[in-house]
Amino acid sequence: MATHTSKYGRPLRTIIILFIVLAALFGVMAFNRAWSPKLGLDLRGGTTITLTASNTVGGGAPTGESLEQARTIIQQRVDSLGVGETEVTTSGDRQVVVTVPNVQQDELVRMVGQTAVLTFRALYVAMPVQPAVPSATDPTAAPGGEATPAGEATPGTDAPAPEATPAAETTPAAQGANRPAPMLPTAPPPVRTPRPTAPGQGLAPDQAMTWAPTENDYIDFQEYQCGDPTGEISDQPLVACNREGTEKYLLGPAIITGDRLTTASAGVPQNQLNWVVNLEFDPEGGRQFESATGALAAKQDPENRFAIVLDGHVISSPSVSQAIPGGRAEISGSFNERTATELANILKYGALPLAFEVSEVSNVSATLGGEQLRAGIIAGLIGLALVVGYAILYYRGLFVVVVLSLAVAGAFTYAMTVLLGESVGFALNLPGIAGAIVAIGLTADSFIIFFERIRDEVREGRSLRSAVETGWEKSRNTIVISDAVSMLSAVVLFILAMGGVKGFAFILGLTTLLDLAVVFFFTKPLMSLLVRTKFFGEGRKGSGLEAEKLGVRSLSGRITRRRRPATAAAAAAKEA
Amino acid sequence: MSSSTNTSDKSKSSLAHRLYVGELSFDFVGRRKTWYVMSGIIIAIALIALLVRGLSLGIEFSGGADFQAPTRVTAQTVDNMRAAVAASGVPDLDDATVTTIGDNTVRVQTRSLDAETEVPLMREVIAKELGVGTDEVAYSLIGASWGKQITQQGLIALVVFLVLVMVMIWIYFRDLKMSIAAIVAVLHDLLLTIGIYALVGFTFTPATLIGMLTILGYSLYDTVVVFDKVRENTANLRSGRVRYAALANKAVNQVLIRSINTTIIGVLPVAALLVAGWFILGTGPLKDLGLVLFVGMVAGAYSSVLIATPLLVDMKMREPDIIAHEESLTRRAQRKGPRKSADEVDDVELDEDVSEPTNEELAASPSGLRITTDEAKVWRPDAGERIQPKHRTRSERKK
Repeated sequence: MATHTSKYGRPLRTIIILFIVLAALFGVMAFNRAWSPKLGLDLRGGTTITLTASNTVGGGAPTGESLEQARTIIQQRVDSLGVGETEVTTSGDRQVVVTVPNVQQDELVRMVGQTAVLTFRALYVAMPVQPAVPSATDPTAAPGGEATPAGEATPGTDAPAPEATPAAETTPAAQGANRPAPMLPTAPPPVRTPRPTAPGQGLAPDQAMTWAPTENDYIDFQEYQCGDPTGEISDQPLVACNREGTEKYLLGPAIITGDRLTTASAGVPQNQLNWVVNLEFDPEGGRQFESATGALAAKQDPENRFAIVLDGHVISSPSVSQAIPGGRAEISGSFNERTATELANILKYGALPLAFEVSEVSNVSATLGGEQLRAGIIAGLIGLALVVGYAILYYRGLFVVVVLSLAVAGAFTYAMTVLLGESVGFALNLPGIAGAIVAIGLTADSFIIFFERIRDEVREGRSLRSAVETGWEKSRNTIVISDAVSMLSAVVLFILAMGGVKGFAFILGLTTLLDLAVVFFFTKPLMSLLVRTKFFGEGRKGSGLEAEKLGVRSLSGRITRRRRPATAAAAAAKEA
Repeated sequence: MSSSTNTSDKSKSSLAHRLYVGELSFDFVGRRKTWYVMSGIIIAIALIALLVRGLSLGIEFSGGADFQAPTRVTAQTVDNMRAAVAASGVPDLDDATVTTIGDNTVRVQTRSLDAETEVPLMREVIAKELGVGTDEVAYSLIGASWGKQITQQGLIALVVFLVLVMVMIWIYFRDLKMSIAAIVAVLHDLLLTIGIYALVGFTFTPATLIGMLTILGYSLYDTVVVFDKVRENTANLRSGRVRYAALANKAVNQVLIRSINTTIIGVLPVAALLVAGWFILGTGPLKDLGLVLFVGMVAGAYSSVLIATPLLVDMKMREPDIIAHEESLTRRAQRKGPRKSADEVDDVELDEDVSEPTNEELAASPSGLRITTDEAKVWRPDAGERIQPKHRTRSERKK
């Protein structure tokens, strides 16, 4: 509190800076052409499916890596349905949440709830295809890998991998006019035995290498288009594509299932430059792997390859040139760090496949969503009106400060919600709106603490102008600690709660922070400015700062001789 | 409520002011036994209700399916829908409940259904019965173990929050007793709210659980503000001649208006939530949150004034420092002889060594505040106005 001018200049400057920040936020909104917050499904209609993952073996909680892997798998399943704007996120340590904005979800529920399994299968036919038009995926989708390296599996030696070169003849799968390969029969037989839909009727891993494709298998292979559901059963043959949908394969029954894997890791072996993926099987898996690789090594390309299949997609199809004993193998090829790590993670997932339980499905029609939004907005407006009404009744002229502060806090909250929707995909849901409404009370409360403190200071015998300053000094700590308490509850809720509640906690936390900012950089400077006006500073009638309302005889401090306001101001400056 | 007011020229001043300077003072701390007993009785009723009636848990906790569809509700809606559900071909639907929400929604709640087969069938049946499109039938399906998980997470959040907040308040006030008193008050609110839920039979949903956590924040927040003032008033306790209990009580009176204002301002938006949730939507998180916050905030305001501060005083009274201070005041009072009561020593004989203007004000107030402490009652001249003119303090003479 130094000279007169600095005291005068600072509050105004603070307010101006605050408005510049606010204007900047709205500028960013204008730049992104985003004027409304992203709405949660409970406000615009749609389906939320919450899945709880547990290990198929032992039933414990999954590791973070395998949960992330599960998320990726489910994301791909949902994307394959071709519904736009789906979002798949992990939540907590074992939930995967799928949100779909449209309402045809019966099939979706069935699809996402299946357990994904990892299998190793012998490869019989590989054929490049034109990828179908990719379905619209949202930006949060997992990064689609580049073409999967078709490397080589070796016991430990490192040979250059034969790169699979796409054949020139591609067939537009998107139009369903797959031209049959010349060696294959074109007319499908009139009647085919339906394929088994449950395991137990096929070949066990030890007999898997004895399987040979029949005519039916070739026809299925012809007719299959990437993106079709595969109906994968581990002891049955499979027609599947790679993840990118650029190649389709005819595969035999599983030679090894993923749960036989013990570890998988990515790394660069000593004295080498290229990334490889190491895998290790348990004794039984090692035995199976050795006999399968022995059988594969004797064949010609592409039949000397085996496919690593996860959830109906071929992830990698390395070739084998010799039997691999000892249960340890190394897949080398054109890996970089990312692709090697990705493959290793997928293999790890296979070691601990997750089962999903559909914990919660909640479906809201667009009509109901709109109604909920309307109710939320109405509640907010009623709440604001009530608070403003009470402020007018109790604080008279000072209600201007309450209203302006709430308006500024509201503008900031709105801008932040919109921008967070744009940047991190935060969606405002009904609990979120409730959080914002609850926060009106919290925000208003900071002013009450401050105003009451100013009144107290005046009662202690200070002049109004110094009461604003000392009242602020004394109420600041109370405001901070009380906001800290509500911030703490918001953070704890956000971290620990599940489902829609996160939205509530997030908005509550956000508004608490903004409340602090508004009280510090708007309400307080505004009070300092207002108290300099004649209307407020002299406690005129209707200002809410009348002497009798505060219960004192006069507002110019303890020494009650009539003084001109100018000298009172100087006294106040000296006092502070 | 023992209150003493005077009828001097201050009659014009506001209630807030009279509370602040101690002209009007409610003896919250002195009557703490009353509040404890009152709260004890309420909590006992709440616990009995909880044990006997239990909470009516929403389907989120028990698992089940809930369908809601728009319709013009008539007298036959429920019966027709019940018949349609029974004839749907889905097995074991005897326990299905059909209710209406407001006058435009019908709600069917059943056991947990199979998402692939039974849910689509039920939606069709309901849609056909009402003559609306299948996609107009909103539904939610909750697996049986989901509720267990939600509850567990909620309880973990509750415990974590309580521990953290206790530490936080302890650090802020540097006074463990304050944080214990605050937490006890919070637990009191929690019990009370759950008890009211059990008594009235409101449905307890995950949103309610969240509301509970929010209340905890609110209740603490209120208590923190009162304690802040208590700390300020008692900062120079040893140099003053006022008992701790009197100062704490004064603090409560001084922030009473703020507590009332805060509660009103906090409850107003919550009431709006309730109105919108109950009358517009009829069900859902708005109503659940509104309800629990409403109950909890009122309880929180009550406990921060009538439970937290008296508890704090009770605990403080055991501190050697405070005991010594009390004893010296009592000795003083005895030295002065029976003509003056201990109380009057407390509030009237303040002098220069008190730097706190609050105490000066207190001294200046024509009739001190009357504090009933727990010790043996000393002689009181009369309960009304003084007969003799009072010796005025310097600050008063100046005016």
